Amino acid sequence: MVNLLELDKLSFRYPDSPRKAVVDFDLAVSEGEVVVLAGPSGCGKSTLLRAINGLIPHMYTGEYSGDVRVAGSSVRASSMRDLAQTVGFLFQNPENQIFMFTVERDVAFGLENLGVPRPEMRRRVDEAIDLLGIENLSQRAPHELSDGQKQRVALAGVLAMRPRLIILDEPTSLLDPKTAMELVDLVASLRKQLGTTFVVVEHRLDLLVKVADRIVVMNAGAKVLDGTPRDVLFGEEADGYGVSVPAVTRLQKMLAKDGLAPDDRLLSAAELASTVERKGA
Amino acid sequence: MIEFSDVTFVHDNGVKALDGITLKVDAGETVAIVGENGAGKTTLVKHVTGLLKPTSGTVLVDEVDTRTTSTATLSRKVGVAFQNPDHQLFSESVEEEMAFALRNFGFPPHLVEQRVSWGLQLFGLEEYRKSSPLVLSGGEKKRLTLACILAWDPGVVILDEPTVGQDAIQKEKLVGTIRMLGSTGKTVIVVSHDIEFLWPLQPRVVVMKSGRIVADGLAKEVMAKKEMLESARVAQPQLVSFYQALARRPGSPFVDALEARRWIEGGQQ
Repeated sequence: MVNLLELDKLSFRYPDSPRKAVVDFDLAVSEGEVVVLAGPSGCGKSTLLRAINGLIPHMYTGEYSGDVRVAGSSVRASSMRDLAQTVGFLFQNPENQIFMFTVERDVAFGLENLGVPRPEMRRRVDEAIDLLGIENLSQRAPHELSDGQKQRVALAGVLAMRPRLIILDEPTSLLDPKTAMELVDLVASLRKQLGTTFVVVEHRLDLLVKVADRIVVMNAGAKVLDGTPRDVLFGEEADGYGVSVPAVTRLQKMLAKDGLAPDDRLLSAAELASTVERKGA
Repeated sequence: MIEFSDVTFVHDNGVKALDGITLKVDAGETVAIVGENGAGKTTLVKHVTGLLKPTSGTVLVDEVDTRTTSTATLSRKVGVAFQNPDHQLFSESVEEEMAFALRNFGFPPHLVEQRVSWGLQLFGLEEYRKSSPLVLSGGEKKRLTLACILAWDPGVVILDEPTVGQDAIQKEKLVGTIRMLGSTGKTVIVVSHDIEFLWPLQPRVVVMKSGRIVADGLAKEVMAKKEMLESARVAQPQLVSFYQALARRPGSPFVDALEARRWIEGGQQ
């Protein structure tokens, strides 16, 4: 499969900072993959995201070496305008990216900036609104909506640009548990329907393991773990890097050591319970 | 310590954010407030700090009516770390940020210095002492706001979504800090969507929905009520789901994985 995103020995240091925020980072993400980026707070995750969406080096200056390529083009050599059509970015707090008077105008904002012709704009806005199931909100004012609804509006604005790669920065942190689960389901369905690739920074892995193909863990700017959720969460190192091993996975891991649960795949709470009952009978 | 009596709060635009809240929190209690986005959790918290005054009903903090007390007086008793730390960080350096409230409250210089050092150490922020708060990561800013509040030692500590941006190690430390606060007699109110974080704390849990309290009790009791939680858009902790999926089980859900393992292995012998 073709790699949609490639980081090649990327290093970056902010001006006046004594150490590099990202160090010799290699990463290859294929089209349609969902990759979760985890690691201790302050380890450089946000910097890495900025290097992927082009804010680094286009808006943040600093010492840059190595390369980031999205869909084969170097981020450093691409304009922000071109990048905006390949890489979508959903901020942690949707209020940072929705500000128009109606939801519909907000969703159209990015397209208007690119000067997309009206009929095409109409089609893409409608499509994004439909994908996120927010038709009923389209004439509402974004600031009147709930946090979960705002998140959907912001994501619709991202989708209208039809990016091949979408970056989510702690997308569930401000959402109630049910809304958070719905967002995770939405990621799964967009990947399936549109083949979109996702890079998600998230600490709440209990929600994400369901859709993640891989978990990449960084520490002090460097990549330290990269594998399937099962490999990363069952490994001995994850705890040391502040990765939240979900409670049920923690239990499964302990039971697997005693031969009371399988260790080749991650089980849900209900699956683990039925395994325990079979073994205990 | 905190007493809400039939409190209703209506926003200027007519939206009723709190609808007949009656709630009593004793000194030293740790209370988690959970519920869907827009349920009124933050509005409730703002009534404790006096930032909002009830449209009807009364809120007493330390037996004083919040309507007749200034926010400044209340802030000495009630410390809040808001959801978005950017709303409360404004000094030129991390140490200045911490010293600000302490000086405002009239702490003598040597105590200010002592408390600042204590807070920075407790939250692993010493290396940033001279840095601008703006260079901190999201998670570090959250920890700084908490350090600032604990430094002046208020009787009530309110944490609004404290785990946002925090990794597992920081979350564990936060659990430790909250336990420490509880054991020193502080009243702690935690508003959080992060059920997995709340569960090991085993707090009293208050579930809110559409401005009302729909459940209030011990974590083990409240988190067992699957349908009620779902209607309030709250998920059950994973270990409670696991426990409830077992046909044969002990009297109450497991608090942590280790406890579950011991029980399962006991059954094997």
